[in-house]
Amino acid sequence: MPSASSGAQAPDEAVGAASGGLSGGLSGGPAGGPGGDVWTPSQTELERRAYRRSRTTRSALISAVSTLLVGAVVIWLVTSSEGWPRVQETFFNWDKAVESFPAVLKGLWLNIRIMLICGVAIAVLGLTLAVMRTLKGPIFFPLRLFATAYVDLFRGLPLLLVILLLGFGVPALRLPNVTSAAEVWGGVAITLSYSAYVAEVFRAGIESVHPSQRAASRALGLSHGQTLRHVVLPQAVRRVTPPLMNDLVSLQKDSGLIAVLGVVDAIRAAQIETASDFNYTPYVVAGFLFICLTIPMARLTDHVARKQGWHGAGGTL
Amino acid sequence: MTLLSVRGLRKTFGDNVVLDDVHLDVTAGECVVLIGASGSGKSTLLRCVNLLEQVDDGVIELGGVEITDPRVDADEVRSRMGIVFQAYNLFPHLSVLDNVTLAPRRVHKVPRAEAERSAMTMLDRVGLADKAKARPDDLSGGQQQRVAIARAMVNSPQLLLLDEVTSALDPELVGEVLDLLRDLRADGMTMMLSTHEMGFARHVADTVCFLDGGRILEQGPPDEVLGAPREPRTRQFLSRLVS
Ligand SMILES: Nc1ncnc2c1ncn2[C@@H]1O[C@H](COP(=O)(O)OP(=O)(O)OP(=O)(O)O)[C@@H](O)[C@H]1O
Ligand SMILES: [Mg+2]
Repeated sequence: MPSASSGAQAPDEAVGAASGGLSGGLSGGPAGGPGGDVWTPSQTELERRAYRRSRTTRSALISAVSTLLVGAVVIWLVTSSEGWPRVQETFFNWDKAVESFPAVLKGLWLNIRIMLICGVAIAVLGLTLAVMRTLKGPIFFPLRLFATAYVDLFRGLPLLLVILLLGFGVPALRLPNVTSAAEVWGGVAITLSYSAYVAEVFRAGIESVHPSQRAASRALGLSHGQTLRHVVLPQAVRRVTPPLMNDLVSLQKDSGLIAVLGVVDAIRAAQIETASDFNYTPYVVAGFLFICLTIPMARLTDHVARKQGWHGAGGTL
Repeated sequence: MTLLSVRGLRKTFGDNVVLDDVHLDVTAGECVVLIGASGSGKSTLLRCVNLLEQVDDGVIELGGVEITDPRVDADEVRSRMGIVFQAYNLFPHLSVLDNVTLAPRRVHKVPRAEAERSAMTMLDRVGLADKAKARPDDLSGGQQQRVAIARAMVNSPQLLLLDEVTSALDPELVGEVLDLLRDLRADGMTMMLSTHEMGFARHVADTVCFLDGGRILEQGPPDEVLGAPREPRTRQFLSRLVS
């Protein structure tokens, strides 16, 4: 492969060099630069553009109308059903929502902090594990073995179990100079578990980079590490960004699991609020807030995925 | 009979005007060769004809039907053409045979056995029948290129587009591909190809087009364009090539 592609380059370069020399002599010639003349689209092109525009408008209209119709039907069905007043009272009570909002929001702040801190730690740990798994050569066998065992272990263990083990287990040891804060050990548990998944995503990305890319890089004299750092990982990370965003969204929701350790996150806060009068509106408030966090992230994921598209030929189809 | 007609074609990438008012007619059974400096837009022209790029202006007609019209089914149009890319673009996850049978089986719904039979005939023709089960990555550049030609030919396209198919090949293989293309032309295949090898152009072309500054500066039989070019720019280009 590398020899073939270098063979393909050779004639190109020869001609490229020649034309470089020529264009210097030609630039003042009568041919003129492309910037000189003003181009106006032809009638055919204008018609094509109008047609494309009308297609876009039409699809936008159709989707708007169908969305409105479906929405109206759903709302009508729900609100006209018999039990609706009781449902509304129990789940969508405005006063209760306003009353519980500050507490739930305060709890949500914990979820957000856990997501952000764990997110960074998971990315670092996951990438390290993935790189360890792709190391070749007998000296690295212990590292490979460790990474493989780690992934097997933490992907197999239920997250809740890890949280309980660390969150209750470590403080029970009463180690000196070791914090027993439930948030910290809950966060550690989430990080351990999630980095096993994320490591596999990274590894898939690393392995999807074509071997000829490594060969090309090594041929330029870059070391194995430099190849990984400057050639393989940038392509791998770009490729797996959408699935990683997916994991981030799911992390944000799973951060609520540390409530089992007794810390007050959004879900626990909502639970406390409902306990007084069996009105479940605070849960709806918490759910609503989580969705408000997720939707921007989902759109960001879409945007990233679309922007990446595909480089070169595939992207235009 | 004119099979392909390009009129006033314009293609830009941002501020870069790559093709500017290109006019070209290809008669059925003809072999048109595009020459020009690197970056002069040969690949872009071929990709526009294959509808892989949306043109910015102008009209392309295939068999008298405008294919640049946004209402036409681009997939159907493409299935009537074969294209071989500068960088082979074989599918690395499929065997050589599956690369060749993919389009017949999925697009033209040819039964597997029949698709494989015609694929083997085609592979035999490019001299690679023994590599049918190999992966593209295990082949040499020239072999990959010949698989790509077999893949483009197996649908019996009306028009075959070839982008620098010989640039990765040794002189012996260039001769082989040249023979293959001559055979195809003798069978009445219409071809449009780009190349940097003037010897190749001279041997296989009915018409040579010299691309420069986004236009076809000069076109005609190889003897005229390559032997006695009218335009000073063409002369300059050709003289730099041999020196
Ligand atoms: N997808 C793209 N985006 C932006 N610019 C592009 C793209 N494809 C081609 N170009 C530009 O269009 C011009 C013509 O490119 P093209 O590949 O058609 O040249 P070529 O004649 O085939 O050259 P070569 O002989 O080296 O293959 C170049 O300046 C190139 O930079
Ligand atoms: Mg090209």
